[in-house]
Amino acid sequence: MNKSVFSSLVAVLASLVVATPALAAEEVNLYSYRQQSLLQPLTDAFTEETGIKVNVVHAAKGLAEKIKAAGENNPADLVLTVDIGRLEEVRAAGLFEAVNSPVIDEVVPAHLRHPDNLWFALTTRARVVYAHKDRVKEGELNSLKDLADPKWQGRICTRSGKHVYNIGLIASVIAEDGEVAAETWLKGLKANLARKPQGNDRAQAKAIFEGQCDLAIANRYYMGKMFYNTKSPEQQEWAEKIRVVYLDQDIGGRGQHINISGAGLLKTAKNKDNAIKLLEFLVGEKAQGLYATANYEEPVRSGIKTDEFIESLGDFKADRISLQEVADQRAAAARLVDRVGYDM
Amino acid sequence: MSTTANSTSPFSLARLRFDPWVWLALAIAALAIIPIATILMLSWADNQEIWQHLLDTVFWIYVKNTLLLCLGVAVFTSLMGTGAAWLVTRFNFPLKSVLVWALLLPLAVPSYILAFVITDQLEYAGFVQKTLRTLFGWQTARDYWFPEIRSIQGAIAVLSLVLYPYVYLLARAAFVEQAAQLFEMSRCLGKSQTQSFFKVALPLARPAIVVGVTLALMETINEYGTVEFFAVPTLTAGIFDVWLNMSSLSAAAQIALMLVSFSILLLGLERYSRNAGKFYKLTGQSPTMFAEPLSGFKAWLATALCLLPISLGFILPITVLTNYALRNLEQGLDQYLNSAWNSFSLAIMAALLTSILGLLLAYGVRLSKSNKMRSIAEAATLGYAIPGAVLAVGILYPLGVFDNTVDRLMKAWFDYPTGLLLTGTGGALVLAYSLRFIALSYRTLDASLTKITPEMDDASRILGSRSGKTLWRIHLPLIRPSVLTAMLLVFVDTMKELPITLILRPFNFDTLSTQVWDLASLEQLEQSALAALTILLAGIIPVIIMSRNIGSSERRPQGQ
Repeated sequence: MNKSVFSSLVAVLASLVVATPALAAEEVNLYSYRQQSLLQPLTDAFTEETGIKVNVVHAAKGLAEKIKAAGENNPADLVLTVDIGRLEEVRAAGLFEAVNSPVIDEVVPAHLRHPDNLWFALTTRARVVYAHKDRVKEGELNSLKDLADPKWQGRICTRSGKHVYNIGLIASVIAEDGEVAAETWLKGLKANLARKPQGNDRAQAKAIFEGQCDLAIANRYYMGKMFYNTKSPEQQEWAEKIRVVYLDQDIGGRGQHINISGAGLLKTAKNKDNAIKLLEFLVGEKAQGLYATANYEEPVRSGIKTDEFIESLGDFKADRISLQEVADQRAAAARLVDRVGYDM
Repeated sequence: MSTTANSTSPFSLARLRFDPWVWLALAIAALAIIPIATILMLSWADNQEIWQHLLDTVFWIYVKNTLLLCLGVAVFTSLMGTGAAWLVTRFNFPLKSVLVWALLLPLAVPSYILAFVITDQLEYAGFVQKTLRTLFGWQTARDYWFPEIRSIQGAIAVLSLVLYPYVYLLARAAFVEQAAQLFEMSRCLGKSQTQSFFKVALPLARPAIVVGVTLALMETINEYGTVEFFAVPTLTAGIFDVWLNMSSLSAAAQIALMLVSFSILLLGLERYSRNAGKFYKLTGQSPTMFAEPLSGFKAWLATALCLLPISLGFILPITVLTNYALRNLEQGLDQYLNSAWNSFSLAIMAALLTSILGLLLAYGVRLSKSNKMRSIAEAATLGYAIPGAVLAVGILYPLGVFDNTVDRLMKAWFDYPTGLLLTGTGGALVLAYSLRFIALSYRTLDASLTKITPEMDDASRILGSRSGKTLWRIHLPLIRPSVLTAMLLVFVDTMKELPITLILRPFNFDTLSTQVWDLASLEQLEQSALAALTILLAGIIPVIIMSRNIGSSERRPQGQ
């Protein structure tokens, strides 16, 4: 083999190794399931306030495995996710350490935290029903259970039952009503679907607008994203045709199902103090306001001024069930989706 | 055609001891098998409960969908790839000089991007159906029938459109490199065009076509983005469900191993098909195939047939993405340039490393003349059939052990911590891409080396050249087009690669594909158009180099 080719290759590989980011004194390293565009304003504000640099890896799958494989040398301090399922993945692998912060204890309610403070919510995300303003009358649908009513046959759209958002929702039904009741309900819902589960939450809104269905299950914050979308103005039309229905609001009812975006501190964290500083910043007024106005999620901190349009969608009573109980039913929910053949 | 000189000699250690090239190949094979061995170890657990559940519910649906998808892709890629290759090699028709290389362009399009664009146009709310509803006054989906694009048929169409260039590329090289002489002879002996094609050209090109289809099928097996988008649950979807929703990495690894067994079956079929007839190229240069001019309707039909896959697989996505990109130009240029640089340098390094590894592996197999060695090399290519995310996990653990061991030793000996030498840098990425794509380079180079008669090696050795010099002076010049093909395939695939990049990348490190993913998972694919477009455009450059290369080997005889 040509020696020069080989040696230049070695040189290139070596330069990659040398290019390891030099570790600055004051920094904090995040593994994040949250997208760059949302996270950046928050981390920028934090750096500006504290001078602490934030390094981020945006990850999708295999984060728990990555942290495990790196062992003691694992460079990350914090994990930020958008779903209880993903936090639970890291917690179940035994990688989180309890965070003892009076600030966080005060801001985040108990049902939105792990019993031992291994993880906690930064925002909540209501998984509501989108209804067509004209084709569905106000008050015609009140409860998650109503979605299984045969009168909606061929009128409901959802994304895959296996998506983390729906696994969370179904797991909450199992946690509240038991597996048998959940199976009956999911079968009923499946029978009412207008089409095979597909697309993302936004695609469900589009399907309502185009008349393919009248109801859809989706996260509320997408309403804000569509309503303010100047780049794709057609999405504003979709949002205008939709009424958000909050479920199970009756007295004694379970309340609207919510999921969370949340965070946990890694056992192997090298910058623990900075990590906790960042976490406290993220539940602070400034960051919570940013979450509410940039991503239209519900702040965990009370008394935060939220977005005007989101406020116009009305207030709701949220389910108070412990999210850890919901997380414990995730595998059962995934199996239920298979048994019912929800996606087939 | 000649008798086979190899294939029966036993795996003799005496022979291996004396040829360092064979030991090198063995070492490379061992390296490439590490991730699969890791997955094998991860799968070591009793998952009876999960399996009972899967067998009772969705398992056979996964299997059925996977098989149907493979069958569909095999049929369509071989028809499209071979058909197009034959048309442009055998005939002259309008636009042919452009079509020859343009037919490769869909290779640059990631399947998930094509899936998005095609759905965007053809779904209920898309342009086509909307127009139909306006024209005919239909009100709802119940008023008319339209094929469901988000279906297994849709997935087959999308995957075939982006994967047929593998078959086209290899079939065309085969037609150009070897079929010409014999085809002309057959014509002279009075056989018709069709007879000569089916009796001479096609059988000669069959090994190459089978390699192309095998590559396409290996990509199909591990494909995740498109099938998820089209709501077609396959075994790959099952792997992720069991891993992430049922929290069992070991059961997921077990399903992954089933996919690997499926690939072994596929490779067995490929080998059987290749061994059924062995063909050698006697000289380095072949005469050009005489291209017959077509006229009138036939000529335009040929043009249209070649244009169809290019239009759907390339022109359509590039038009839609350009349109989106122009509407979203204001996004951060710095971040974009940074990602583009990262993607580009990673792809070049992976292409270089992979071709070198693949060449050494293929040459070692050739020198060892042993079937066992060949089987070991084949095993080294199985990483291609495992979903990228699973393979990444299989690489992660051994690299973690390596990094931590080096770190510990360096600390103990020199008091100098090295940290995560590979997993903390781009090194892990380059290595992972190379281990994943070694199938592309090994197969391409092995197929090419197989065509060189062993008498060439013997002659060179008799004349006093060692095996290394023989490789450099004799083989490399002969297989140069294939080396370029291999590098092109790896370059383009690395640019498109997503799951491995997402898992193994270091801090503050973005590539074009992760940028597309970031925005697409925010359900804003429109805004990722510029990055997506760059992936496509970067794929064009190697395509042009490639086509020049094929072209020059075609023209060379007249030039002399």
